[in-house]
Amino acid sequence: MKSIQELSEIRDRMKQAMVIRKGTEKSYDAVAGQGSVRSQVLICGGTGCTSSGSVNIHKALDEELERRGLQDQVKVVQTGCFGLCANGPIMIIYPEGTFYSHVKVEDVPEIVSEHLLGGRSVDRLLHKEKVDGVLTTIPSLADTGFYKKQHRVALRNCGAIDPENIDEYIGTDGYQALAKVLTQMTPQQVIDTVLASGLRGRGGAGFPTGRKWQFAANQPAGKKYVVCNADEGDPGAFMDRSVLEGDPHAVLEAMAIAGYAIGADEGYIYVRAEYPIAVHRLQVAIAQAREYGLLGQDIFGTGFNFDITLRLGAGAFVCGEETALLTSIEGNRGEPHPRPPFPAVKGLFGKPTIINNVETYANVAQIINNGAAWFSAMGTEKSKGTKVFALGGKIVNTGLVEIPMGTTLREIIDDIGGGIPNGKKFKAAQTGGPSGGCIPARFLDTPIDYDNLLAIGSMMGSGGLIVMDEDNCMVDIAHFFLEFTVDESCGKCTPCRVGTRRLLEILEKIISGNGEMEDLDRMEELCRYIKEGSACGLGQTAPNPVIATMKYFRDEYIAHIVDKTCPAGVCKKLLRYSIDPEKCIGCGKCARNCPNEAIVRTDYIAPGHKLASMQILAEKCVKCGACMSGCKFDAISKS
Amino acid sequence: MKKKLTTVVFRGTPEQEEKLIAAIDKYKGVKGAMMPILQEAQSIYGYLPIEVQKIIAERTGVSLEEIYGIASFYAQFKLNPDGEVAVAVCLGTACYVKGSGQIIEEVSKQLNVAVGSTSPDGRYSLEATRCIGACGLAPVMTINGEVYGRLTVAEVAGILEKYR
Repeated sequence: MKSIQELSEIRDRMKQAMVIRKGTEKSYDAVAGQGSVRSQVLICGGTGCTSSGSVNIHKALDEELERRGLQDQVKVVQTGCFGLCANGPIMIIYPEGTFYSHVKVEDVPEIVSEHLLGGRSVDRLLHKEKVDGVLTTIPSLADTGFYKKQHRVALRNCGAIDPENIDEYIGTDGYQALAKVLTQMTPQQVIDTVLASGLRGRGGAGFPTGRKWQFAANQPAGKKYVVCNADEGDPGAFMDRSVLEGDPHAVLEAMAIAGYAIGADEGYIYVRAEYPIAVHRLQVAIAQAREYGLLGQDIFGTGFNFDITLRLGAGAFVCGEETALLTSIEGNRGEPHPRPPFPAVKGLFGKPTIINNVETYANVAQIINNGAAWFSAMGTEKSKGTKVFALGGKIVNTGLVEIPMGTTLREIIDDIGGGIPNGKKFKAAQTGGPSGGCIPARFLDTPIDYDNLLAIGSMMGSGGLIVMDEDNCMVDIAHFFLEFTVDESCGKCTPCRVGTRRLLEILEKIISGNGEMEDLDRMEELCRYIKEGSACGLGQTAPNPVIATMKYFRDEYIAHIVDKTCPAGVCKKLLRYSIDPEKCIGCGKCARNCPNEAIVRTDYIAPGHKLASMQILAEKCVKCGACMSGCKFDAISKS
Repeated sequence: MKKKLTTVVFRGTPEQEEKLIAAIDKYKGVKGAMMPILQEAQSIYGYLPIEVQKIIAERTGVSLEEIYGIASFYAQFKLNPDGEVAVAVCLGTACYVKGSGQIIEEVSKQLNVAVGSTSPDGRYSLEATRCIGACGLAPVMTINGEVYGRLTVAEVAGILEKYR
């Protein structure tokens, strides 16, 4: 492709195919003179739905359509993530916009005969949710509680287009922003627009993106690099993966725009190797963009050159830290180094480099297309735009949500997330992964933005949001994150390498019932040393889970230390299993299940029972729980 | 992460070595190529035994110490071969709060394999993985790449039975 004219022609041709997904048109001609396509079936091909079998559904649907001779009238499109991962595999049929959840291969013939041939929706597969306490059928995705409060900017194409077809991206105005900056804007104008939009880095710390670009642009001309940080390592966070799987071209386009802005001709994407689907889609997207001349030499005939290389990470959490990431691209152990010099001055291979996160890039083309004012109209005073969160843990609608900055946690958890399952009580929300903290119930109405989250002792982080209920022990959670950090500390700084291990040992002492009150003071002191003495973000934030849980859930620590009990019933060494002799019918199943012969028969026969009840010998019990999960009479309890 | 060296005997073939050398030569002159080379080497051999690291060291001129430093730094580089049945339980936060800690214990008990190791006969290996991103299906485990989601401890024995 040599001209913007050609780009616009593809867009206009594709737009016809895309309107059917807006529900405004009933059919369209895919190829002139070959009859018209009257339905499109979108199947989610994100990691969540692929794990629950969407690839086989796609295959079965193709075969069934072929068998019925419908392959020219019905087009099947594999998309990225729709967001509602808990209900996968997900399928949407246009132009009706019918939303089917939990689809199985066996459902395919019925969907074809009833819906695609008969024009009747398959009611049993429609999504159901409680509206004002009544279970109601919701026929379209846009009407679900999960979608209503969302505002999709970074995710706008996820679940809406085929990520492996560049034409569909172009059909949603893709690469128009690149065309605009190359032909109508100076590099400084691009930077000014990004600055004015108020976009801040979505990877965690929230540094203003435009300022980062300005620093790199101010460096003397010469070799510079644009890097995309797709090493999404926070456990429970999958925002970046979904963008890469659902809309990879948005990232490529933004990187090219950044390259133009700072004067770079080469980009690197550093992506987690644990994300095979994202890696594959990026490879496909880069090849297609090169074929169209949207990456490579003399883009749009403007003389601007830009190309992108993909590099796979190898499972080191610290490589999400920018200096460690650059060291890893250079082929070394991914150890961070002190800043300054910042990467914008001396980065990859010693050259000026900008590093932005995937979600940050996903906003850029739209800021160029719609203007800085459009973007800065969303969000709060200091945090503009939207934020994507990966909602997980004890929540009904596990999945991916994008909300304007300033939305409250309560809205996310109750309205979008559908609340906590099984009628359990909310205990805490964890944001920021191993660098963040746990937010207790009293802050549920705090508007979410960078500064508010910091103020309540957590952080935005990359966007993992894990909900915990009354069955989760906060001391155990702090222990879980510390184990992670101890494992992932690169070992360079002593306060982090040794300090986190000492912290973990104290936590182990507490959860095994040997804690003393003085341990809390020791931990506080250690946390301070680790924060002050570590070079990189990983070390400086490593104590956060401990600090936050000690601050908001001190009573749980005290229960472990003083009363030697775990109120949530999680910490094994503090658990006591017991059998209620009045409920026990003496069947002996628990004794047979016990791996350690810790259950014996008593000589007490409860009124109305024929056999003597059973009893657990505390000194032999290994607390595996096998007795309790096997008891049909609810006679065994733990405390 | 601390890694144990393998006790399994190296059984590389001349074909594998040929492929490895081709992969190394492909990256001649590429900046920062050691990671991609190790990744290709691992896909050829399934893991990175010291014998393979030595070939890479000789061919690239990078010292074995440096290569071992990189191979042992990153969690994805395996110094131990996988078992024929490779079980991985996700210990990401979303899976953990939904009980994957009990799941991995149960798998370890059923297979009699410690977490992070391979059974002496090379049949089973058990690994605790970082978040694989299938949080909607939590708790999750994979066996030879096949995904099992929304697990309960009671289901584990039945699933493993298929691989006995």
